[in-house]
Amino acid sequence: MSSCNTPEKRWKFHGGVHPEQNKRQSTVEPSAQARMPEKLILPLHQHIGAAAEAIVEVGDRVLKGQKIASADGYVSAPIHAPTSGKVIDISEYPIPHPSGLRALSIVIETDGRDEWVEYKSTQDYTRTNPSHLRNIIREAGVVGLGGAGFPSFIKLNPSSQKKIKTLILNGVECEPYITCDDMLMREDPHSIIEGTHIMRHALQAEECVIAIEDNKPQAYESVCKAAEGIKGLRVALVPTRYPQGSEKQLVQVITGKEVPSNGLAINIGVVCHNVSTAAAIYRAIHLGQPLISRMVTVTGAAVKRPRNLEVLFGTPIEALLQQCSVESEQIERLVMGGPMMGFALHDTSLPVIKTTNCIIAATRKELGLDQPVMPCIRCGACADVCPVKLLPQQLYWHARAKELDKAQEYDLFDCIECGCCSYVCPSHIPLVQFYRFAKGAIWTQEQEQKKSDQARERHEFRLMRVEREKLAREAKRAKKKAPKPKKAAAPKAPAVDGAKMAEKMRDEAMNQRDSAVNARKAEIQAAVARVKAKKEGAAPKSDEATSITPAAPQKSGIDKKDDSPAASDNNEQVQ
Amino acid sequence: MPFNTPTSPHQLAPTSITRVMVMVMLALIPGVAAYVWFFDWGVVINICIALVTALTCEALILKLRQRPVMPSLSDGSAALTAILIALTLPPLSPWWLTVIGVAFAIIIAKQLYGGLGFNPFNPAMVGYVMLLISFPREMTSWIPPSALADNSLDFLETAMFILFHVLPDGVTFDALTEATPLDSLKTHLALGNTVNEVRAQLGLDEETSRVLSVIPIFGAIGGKGWEWVGGGFLLGGLWLIYKKVISWHIPVAMLGSLLVISSLFYLIDPEHYATPMFHLFSGAAMLGAFFIATDPVTAAASNRGKIIYGCGIGIFTYVIRTWGGYPDAVAFAVLLLNMCAPLIDHYFKSSVFGHKRD
Repeated sequence: MSSCNTPEKRWKFHGGVHPEQNKRQSTVEPSAQARMPEKLILPLHQHIGAAAEAIVEVGDRVLKGQKIASADGYVSAPIHAPTSGKVIDISEYPIPHPSGLRALSIVIETDGRDEWVEYKSTQDYTRTNPSHLRNIIREAGVVGLGGAGFPSFIKLNPSSQKKIKTLILNGVECEPYITCDDMLMREDPHSIIEGTHIMRHALQAEECVIAIEDNKPQAYESVCKAAEGIKGLRVALVPTRYPQGSEKQLVQVITGKEVPSNGLAINIGVVCHNVSTAAAIYRAIHLGQPLISRMVTVTGAAVKRPRNLEVLFGTPIEALLQQCSVESEQIERLVMGGPMMGFALHDTSLPVIKTTNCIIAATRKELGLDQPVMPCIRCGACADVCPVKLLPQQLYWHARAKELDKAQEYDLFDCIECGCCSYVCPSHIPLVQFYRFAKGAIWTQEQEQKKSDQARERHEFRLMRVEREKLAREAKRAKKKAPKPKKAAAPKAPAVDGAKMAEKMRDEAMNQRDSAVNARKAEIQAAVARVKAKKEGAAPKSDEATSITPAAPQKSGIDKKDDSPAASDNNEQVQ
Repeated sequence: MPFNTPTSPHQLAPTSITRVMVMVMLALIPGVAAYVWFFDWGVVINICIALVTALTCEALILKLRQRPVMPSLSDGSAALTAILIALTLPPLSPWWLTVIGVAFAIIIAKQLYGGLGFNPFNPAMVGYVMLLISFPREMTSWIPPSALADNSLDFLETAMFILFHVLPDGVTFDALTEATPLDSLKTHLALGNTVNEVRAQLGLDEETSRVLSVIPIFGAIGGKGWEWVGGGFLLGGLWLIYKKVISWHIPVAMLGSLLVISSLFYLIDPEHYATPMFHLFSGAAMLGAFFIATDPVTAAASNRGKIIYGCGIGIFTYVIRTWGGYPDAVAFAVLLLNMCAPLIDHYFKSSVFGHKRD
């Protein structure tokens, strides 16, 4: 029984805010196709996990939908050519990432023919083995389209010991300005519903809930109509409140259960996917088409015709803005994502990637910025709105004083960086920035600790080896002098120790490799925090500025194995 | 063209410290209006003196500390402190009393600790208590509600007295002033009278009181005139809660605990303990509950903490009023609880999402 009218118990999450919606502007016009640009820049890293590995070479001709980079490792996703054309360059280009760093990208010169590669649809997914389905989805390069870009097939793999009770389709889209999911739900609810069926099949989920905020009545109507008469599928209208689209908060609203700290929704039998991801999965299975484009909201007061565009990945943001009649000189800040969690871009030449849900070209007037940073008056507004029930104020004091252990005591790492605290702060303190800085500093610290531990152990091992060799030499000498009595005893004991040590070293090396991923993350986080702190921290009083400038090691490059250029380093996706 | 890339959020709520302070000042209007109605223009003149002093001191110290002056001056916090101190002073205080109190509050209690947000004690209450201890005579020379006074001064005469200590001919200062209801009650109870005797003596109708030449200080529920002032502050405070400028926790906890403890003793012995309503609507109870104790800088932060904090203030207010050396005690109670606020915050944390914490 699909139900739009069945009243269901709904829970509330703590805190939250009601920022100005600004969604109407971009929903006046129906969505349209973005123009085909001459060049597409495709970063190999458009998702959470390892960057993909290029499998084409400069000069190759590629067809639309052809795989041009394959997944490298389990947590990774392949990349496909969004249209037909010629590969003209594979080198480092600026990518849309908070760090403003460059990363390896494939550049395709489009030929305008839009010629598809041969593709095959899966006729009856219900007869297909879920693991095979997952493989198709993986090969189609589908990642979470809500903003985080986590490879979707992983979240379609039910853990062996836990049964999936609820599959939640996230159509909340709680961030202001963003309307791409809204438009998709209005215009193409059937793809979403079909995709949902596939997900349910893959997960063997008992029930499925599509959650939509009540500021999207048309989307709700449209999805309800499409979901009519489907058993075990429910469309839930939830009261608008930011950050409801954050996975853990939405799980709480729909099921009343708290996802444990450090845990995942799947630990309590819930899986959460974005509605556009469902549509992408539908296309991957039913049509056999890989993920090569997405709906992007182009909005902001500097844009004359704000609307949603279906955009090929790699399209420069410039082209989209032009298509929506931008007044370039009006742009004060260019944001990718929503105003609460999105990040500011330094340039319009950056390409659209899989996680680009929204581009905001904001004017100075619109942002109402330039508010002076004042001292904290301990009003507690931040704690009232924190959806994780943290004490942002205490975290702020400790982060500011670089008391990192204290900050961790106050559960710094539970912070989802939703920005509610900064939003309501009457003193306009950039709270989230302080938390990002503290997190980065802690990661760096842990990394350094590990390094020094390793160095120490190496040193100890060396001492032991020297000692052992010395003993061995002495034993040899002793053997020469008095060959019979002291044959095996002396060298043996240290040898055992040495073997143990070697084993330990091996373990350590393994750990080191495991943590390499985290290390990169930490370094990038620290670098980002540092740059931001320098840029923005200057706004508060001078002493504040110095207090947030960390002494983290420098790192300027970002290599292939790096783990973090996707939009968010949290597993949270706030949509 | 490279754009600035500050971190998220890129949208801020339309709020600021100035806005908060201005809202609080607006909320004081009904109480101040009642004050002026019952106790004449003295309070307005005091507010003006206090404002000038506060802004001057703040600017001076900021300059000495080499901090930008305008942002701090325009945040409204110094102005609010000034107004609150002026409201606690007797309407006919000499100008220097106000100046000393406000200067002490701004310089010592606020700026020496690092300015807004860093002061452990409520600056207004520190200023008030300093004056009360140093100048007890000036601080307890209140005037009776104007409706009851034989002599009352107009605006110009009040200003003349406050600024130049000049009274119109034939009027003596003693004839103008009177102890507050809380003070009178305390004095009489200390003399061994019962509440009813005091009421009978001091709460008479005008005819009899003139004959006996005593002034009826008791109103319908609290002190005469005072109950209206308290009512004005209550109204303003409720508006602040409605506007979400303050949360309900501290006022409700403070007034609730004061109500409970005063009811308890009143029920045990109505002869020697004033009525709960008298406690709530006399002295600084209402002003304290909504405007003083709620100062976020010096209060407990978490909601549960705020309730403990408010209750503490209510109970200490009653205890000091009833058994202590001073007739009113909101200021002392607030300062005592200011000291406890960090401790309260330490013990009352909310449980973080996804953690099972007791």
